[in-house]
Amino acid sequence: MTAATRSRLDRLVFLGPATALLMLFYVLPVIVDVAIAFTDMGRNLEVTRVTTENVARIFGGDRRLAQVLTNTLVYVVCTLTLFNVGYALLLALTTTALPDRAGAFFRSVWLLPRMSPSVVYALLWTWVVAPTEYGLLNQIVAGIGMPPLDLKSDAPMLVVVLANGFIGASFGMIIFTSAIRSIPQHLFYAARADGANGLQIVRHVTLPQIRWHLSFVTLYQALSLLVSFEYIWLITDGGPFYDTTVWALYVYQRAFTSGQYAYGAALALVLVAAGIVAALVLWRFFDMRALLQRPRIEVS
Amino acid sequence: MATVELDKVEKRFGEVVALEPVDLAIRSGEFLAILGPSGCGKSTTLFLLAGIYAPSAGEIRFDGVRINEIEAKDRNVGIVFQSYALYPHMTVAQNIGFPLRLKRVPIDESKRRVEAIARLVRVEELLDRKPAQLSGGQQQRVALARALVKEPQLLLLDEPLSNLDAGLRLAMRGEIRRLQRELGVTTVLVTHDQIEAVTMADRIVCMSKGRIEQIGTADDLYARPASLFVASFLGSPPINLVEGTAEDGAVRLGERSFAANGSGPLPQRVVVGIRPEAIRLGEGPIRGRILDGEPHGREWIWLVESEVGALRVVEPGAAPRHRAGEQVVLGWSESLLFDAADERRLQMPGPVPS
Repeated sequence: MTAATRSRLDRLVFLGPATALLMLFYVLPVIVDVAIAFTDMGRNLEVTRVTTENVARIFGGDRRLAQVLTNTLVYVVCTLTLFNVGYALLLALTTTALPDRAGAFFRSVWLLPRMSPSVVYALLWTWVVAPTEYGLLNQIVAGIGMPPLDLKSDAPMLVVVLANGFIGASFGMIIFTSAIRSIPQHLFYAARADGANGLQIVRHVTLPQIRWHLSFVTLYQALSLLVSFEYIWLITDGGPFYDTTVWALYVYQRAFTSGQYAYGAALALVLVAAGIVAALVLWRFFDMRALLQRPRIEVS
Repeated sequence: MATVELDKVEKRFGEVVALEPVDLAIRSGEFLAILGPSGCGKSTTLFLLAGIYAPSAGEIRFDGVRINEIEAKDRNVGIVFQSYALYPHMTVAQNIGFPLRLKRVPIDESKRRVEAIARLVRVEELLDRKPAQLSGGQQQRVALARALVKEPQLLLLDEPLSNLDAGLRLAMRGEIRRLQRELGVTTVLVTHDQIEAVTMADRIVCMSKGRIEQIGTADDLYARPASLFVASFLGSPPINLVEGTAEDGAVRLGERSFAANGSGPLPQRVVVGIRPEAIRLGEGPIRGRILDGEPHGREWIWLVESEVGALRVVEPGAAPRHRAGEQVVLGWSESLLFDAADERRLQMPGPVPS
């Protein structure tokens, strides 16, 4: 075997499996989705004509889309900033400041939702915000002598953001904790000797040192939230009316609940495009390229 | 510039005693070195002075005022760490100016002071660089500038030279000493390197296992060590320690007996310390045989098997005057005498062959 064929074979062996999986599960579905989006496919999977009706419907025909779009933005931005990044950072900062054992305990508590099955977790939230006096929240509310609340009807988006945020914060918490732990201890000592108080140390030492981790978690979680809907589906099913229906859930409802496969495919296409745009914008904004430069291992 | 006092200061981490109750007084403007091996409590002492650790017991005073409860940020202490601990995301100017920024010093004044101190440590050309773009020696100077810019009442140096190569270390030793004299700032240097301590400091505190073994000038520690530990920690090559017994006013080492030089009772078991440079080869009553020799540039170090035991001998001169296997006679002009039981030095001169 010559060196050239050998090298070509190596490339195939090393890149082949990953490329095949990428094509099968990421690129191919997008192609299929594009193809279906321009047909009139329904539940019976029959295609009778090729049409741009679905796209036209998105840009004008569907009056619900404005609300769905607003819901999606509120859901993604609030969950991301308040919980997946903001609260995760707060947890990481506080639990690393605590003694090791106490810190590990609180981190485990916040990690618990991740370990429970989605349906169980969603049911727990249904029970927490249940409008009767048996709901956990209402038991507390009754304890301080207030009338029972019905959050699921009165503030459904709040419930959705809380439920997603409580589980979503753990991801950032883990990443930020390990990032904070890897900052050399002497930097903190130096900052204290230089006259910095706790908050100033966070602002001038900790945050700049975990900048890349903040960027990564923001980018990754923004994209995850954009396409996630399982907890919304399980807790409110997008209701009441369309008050908590986000784009991804709407795609699911149109395609599988109403059987409008083609329209669902067209809606999904918008999500794909939005995801790509969001990824590129955030990539540029955080200058992630600089993070990925400079390989640490030399490959010949 | 401050005087610093440690009054029975103690530090425990849970069950572990890092520092046994320690008394220490540092004069205003003094350059004090704390010398000892790893784990002797020297860095703990430094962190106690900085306010990074709080003492478990005792009192620390700056200028006579108790500062136990004052946090690191309010102590006005400058530290240079072994790793330099520069903030990687800040430029050199921002690093040096950081303490001033925290004190809300006006920007133009801060800029002026940063530039002045940068000139003093000779990094004025590097103000716009990031720490990663600097050499070890440059980072070291920047760390020094950052520690000095707020005009601290106490400067703490934690093994500041151990990450530098030999040439640079020599240069920085002189540099730090020059700066300290110019500014007159009370300085505490923590090091495990006797050369650093001896060349830079006015006084040396020698520590071992969380205790102060001796405080004194380099000459005190070298010529009049308080204990076996101090005697063996200072000096290169290390002092020869020969175990012996004492009876009827005579000290017995190996096969030879020596008249004790002083009056007073001797303990039964003693250790005699003989500096390698105090031994003369070729003159004296002790017989021995050369085992091995090492060239050290301007001198040779010989390992000799003698009647009193194995001895290391320093002999000046670049050319070897002996060879392995050769029979020699030797003697020494002075020695130190220690009690083998408590390892303290006895207040009398050690035995000398006549």
